[in-house]
Amino acid sequence: MSSMIINKERIAELISMDKRLDGRSLLDFRQPIKIETDISWTAEGSSKVQIGETVVMAGVKMSLEKPYNDTPDEGGIMINAELTPMSSKEYEPGPPGMKAIELARVTDRGIREAKAIDMKKLCVEVGEKAWFVIVDIITINDAGNLFDAAGLAVMAALKAAKFPVVDKETGAIDYKKKTDDSLPLTKEPLPVTVYKINGKLLVDPTSEEEKAYEARLTVASDSDGTISAMQKGGETPLTVEEVGQMVDIALDKSNFLREELNKSLK
Amino acid sequence: MAYDKRLDGRKEDELRPMEAKVGVVPNADGSASFKIGKTWAIAAVYGPKEVFPRFLKNPKKGIIRCHYSMMPFSGSGERIRPGRSRRAQEISMVMQNSLEPVVDLTAFPNSAVEIFIELPQTDAGTRCAAISAASMALAHAGIPMKDMVSSVAVGQVDGAVLADLDYSEEAYPAVVSDIPVAMLHNTKGISLLQMDGEISRDDLMKSLEMAKIATDKIREVQMQALKEYFSTSEDQK
Repeated sequence: MSSMIINKERIAELISMDKRLDGRSLLDFRQPIKIETDISWTAEGSSKVQIGETVVMAGVKMSLEKPYNDTPDEGGIMINAELTPMSSKEYEPGPPGMKAIELARVTDRGIREAKAIDMKKLCVEVGEKAWFVIVDIITINDAGNLFDAAGLAVMAALKAAKFPVVDKETGAIDYKKKTDDSLPLTKEPLPVTVYKINGKLLVDPTSEEEKAYEARLTVASDSDGTISAMQKGGETPLTVEEVGQMVDIALDKSNFLREELNKSLK
Repeated sequence: MAYDKRLDGRKEDELRPMEAKVGVVPNADGSASFKIGKTWAIAAVYGPKEVFPRFLKNPKKGIIRCHYSMMPFSGSGERIRPGRSRRAQEISMVMQNSLEPVVDLTAFPNSAVEIFIELPQTDAGTRCAAISAASMALAHAGIPMKDMVSSVAVGQVDGAVLADLDYSEEAYPAVVSDIPVAMLHNTKGISLLQMDGEISRDDLMKSLEMAKIATDKIREVQMQALKEYFSTSEDQK
């Protein structure tokens, strides 16, 4: 345990000199960044994203449900995250803890609030039947920066998803057969989390760096610079100026990740 | 014999294509991925480490614990609600029983080895794929083992004795039996045996003989993956 404390201080000290343990500059993402889709035949859409040693999977399942009373002409989306005990010795088996809930909700808001999916196009029959989309994020190896990896994985899985075949007679879904129809996606918001350690701002922290952070800000944004969700974490308050700087970094890196995403999906 | 040609064209004792890899979860003490057809299991081993709850601690020998989990999108139908179902709990237990005979538990008294299994996609034979992956992950973690455990389902579809049934065969509209088997390589001891469906004594014996050959093939793939891992990681040193 004592080695961990030294490590934490060493990390903060290095960062104050614009240096990191793995030799990256403060605003560099780890390599490799790998985005694979269609990794699971049972999901309507799926992905595996690797950033450095962090690996997450995401899978889309769709179902036909009765729309909510206040939005009878819209479908819906729900995002769930599981921090599996497989992915880190810090996670225990059992129901999702606060960290998993926050990860799911921040990822969810980035997509929902950007109106990245045209919910009206998910409606099949007003007040009766609409498509509901559930995306599950499963961590395989948590080596830091789950927010960004999860956001990327969810967007990749949504982009890859195809509606299942619906039997015209019975209305039943045949999950074993997929149509050629993709989800009605209008945008590609991606979250980027900027961390503040020892007064410096950086992206894509390793697990060790995450233990040393003072504050973090996750910013989900689209290619035109529109911000669709934010979440501040950490014990230290941020100044307005710092928030401005962090948003600038996040918008820039969101474009970088979007390029990676679209390169991989070609 | 009505089922004389398998739906996917395989021979009776032919397994689906396999793919195995070691070291897929860097945070874990040992890990492995095992794919057979469209069934995919990833296993990660943590430990030996302290036992919780404490009353499970045994000063004479260690314990191993399995946690089997299908990802919510890994079933061929609707989304599976996350959380441990009765099915997952039972499978975790039989997995544990299937692996225990090869692990030298006296090597880590008072401690536990935890094995976490996640399945991204499934097409029958999930507990077998999970056991095959877990056995490789234990070896990768350096847990003292007497033997390798390899697992596959055998069974009978409409009179034909087959190895490695997929879902369409399990669901074949005739008399079907599904027999997940795990075998220790050296002794040919059976450490997992379950069955559902209907089968005659003769066909059961034929199936179990077929399991010997089938698990040998799986072992080859497991050993190959371990060899590849250890030879490449030595090159890097």
